[in-house]
Amino acid sequence: MSVVETTRRGEVTVRDLSKSFTLNGQRLNVLRDLHLDVQGGEALAIVGPSGCGKTTLLRVLAGLESPDRGEVLIDGHPVQGVGTERAIIFQEPRLLPWLTVLGNVAFGLEVRGTSRAEAETRARHYIRLVGLAEFESAFPRQLSGGMAQRVGIARALTVQPEILLLDEPLGALDAMTKLTMQEELARIWREEKVTTILVTHDLEEAIYLADRVLVLPRQKGATPRLIVVNLTRPRDRSDPRFVEMRRRLMAEFGLQ
Amino acid sequence: MTFQSLGSSPTVSVEAPSGAALLRRGVAGAGRALRRYGLLFGFLAFWQVGSSLGWINPTVFPPLDKILAATWAGVVGGAFLDDIAISLQRSGLAFAAAVGLGIPLGLFMGQIRAVEQALDPILQFFRQTSALALYPVFILLLGLGEASKVFVIFWATLFPILLATIGGVKEVDRKLIEMAATFGASRATIFRRVVQPASVPSIFVGLRLSATTALLLLVAAEMIGANRGLGFQVMNAQYNFQIPQMFAAILLLAALGLTANALLVTLQRRLCRWADLSH
Repeated sequence: MSVVETTRRGEVTVRDLSKSFTLNGQRLNVLRDLHLDVQGGEALAIVGPSGCGKTTLLRVLAGLESPDRGEVLIDGHPVQGVGTERAIIFQEPRLLPWLTVLGNVAFGLEVRGTSRAEAETRARHYIRLVGLAEFESAFPRQLSGGMAQRVGIARALTVQPEILLLDEPLGALDAMTKLTMQEELARIWREEKVTTILVTHDLEEAIYLADRVLVLPRQKGATPRLIVVNLTRPRDRSDPRFVEMRRRLMAEFGLQ
Repeated sequence: MTFQSLGSSPTVSVEAPSGAALLRRGVAGAGRALRRYGLLFGFLAFWQVGSSLGWINPTVFPPLDKILAATWAGVVGGAFLDDIAISLQRSGLAFAAAVGLGIPLGLFMGQIRAVEQALDPILQFFRQTSALALYPVFILLLGLGEASKVFVIFWATLFPILLATIGGVKEVDRKLIEMAATFGASRATIFRRVVQPASVPSIFVGLRLSATTALLLLVAAEMIGANRGLGFQVMNAQYNFQIPQMFAAILLLAALGLTANALLVTLQRRLCRWADLSH
């Protein structure tokens, strides 16, 4: 059945994951014995105070860092380094300044050996999806911050990953652009049905976009908590249940 | 959302401009030219007038018209053509060799840390050793002919290119390399698609520096042991007290330098359309 297939695709399992860093001779346990199951097609947000290890967790999932202990399974297979079934959207757009928007979006496919013509055809589709069709031949330095980040998103989507990893993708944008981009991300997620793991420090963004929110605690001993966001989509920020959810999440961090 | 278009000028009205508008534009253009070249023209005018009226010694600084006449006679009459050709050949060969060796070697050295670390001290040592001080060594090794002249220019032009290329490769944004790696790009692909294009602006800095150095060393090498070439003509004219000819040769050398720089700037504009060229 196709249902089985779709739920299998893009499944992430984290088992007993531990990761520490040595800073000035001191050992810092960033992540300890973390368990996590993310279903295919789910949107998970990871929130927590700075230094709680949320970006580290994402980098381990991406294969950019290897864990000290434990493992990450994707669709049942252990992760070894970066893989083509995952795509990462960084906080900065990380566009190649010498390529046009089209060249940048096609870049991910081209480096995997797809022919330029085919890569560009697929790139055009996603450039349209993020609403930049008119800017195909623009260079990155001609784009505003929000537009550049959309190019980064289109580039990640073009390789059609099973799992999309986002590391505070809207963190550097101004408040207005941020709201627009959150709506855009919600729409893209709805259309693409890709497993999404989003690191953010914005609690409202987490509730707006995610099915579940993983709260990483400030104290290293405490256990992480998973909160299910049981709200219908598209979500309304002024909905009393949304507001209540935000209050609950803020309470997790001792905020009023 | 903002979108600034590349190299677009302010919108120009389609209707034919009125006489007053044309005049205004002409005045504005003249003002720009005056700001940029006014001082140069003032200097040249002072030279011409001062030399003609005897404010400055006309035997050392002949009037400009005499220098220009000597230049014209040298180029059109053919007396300097041979010298220009041999000078171009020497500096061109040396520069081409420096580019041919410096860029590939620099790209390689910048990539591989161990190689760069092992070669850096010796590079710094050679770089700080004046090429002119080594010229006698090259003459001993290669004789007083063309080989030693080309080699001393090559030697001096190699280092700016090499060091600029290494610097360019080392300063490529790690985040861009990481981005390419997350898309599954191999090391070779990252080198070709990210590292190489990213180091082009830095390489051009080296190329322009090297072009200037090439002409500097050309003159020095031709003054020491040559019987042809523009550098030789400067010396020779001075010995024979043909001061206008001396300045004519100097003028031609300056023109050569300006042309080389202009060519490189044009090439850079074409290759680095994406980078900000305002500086």
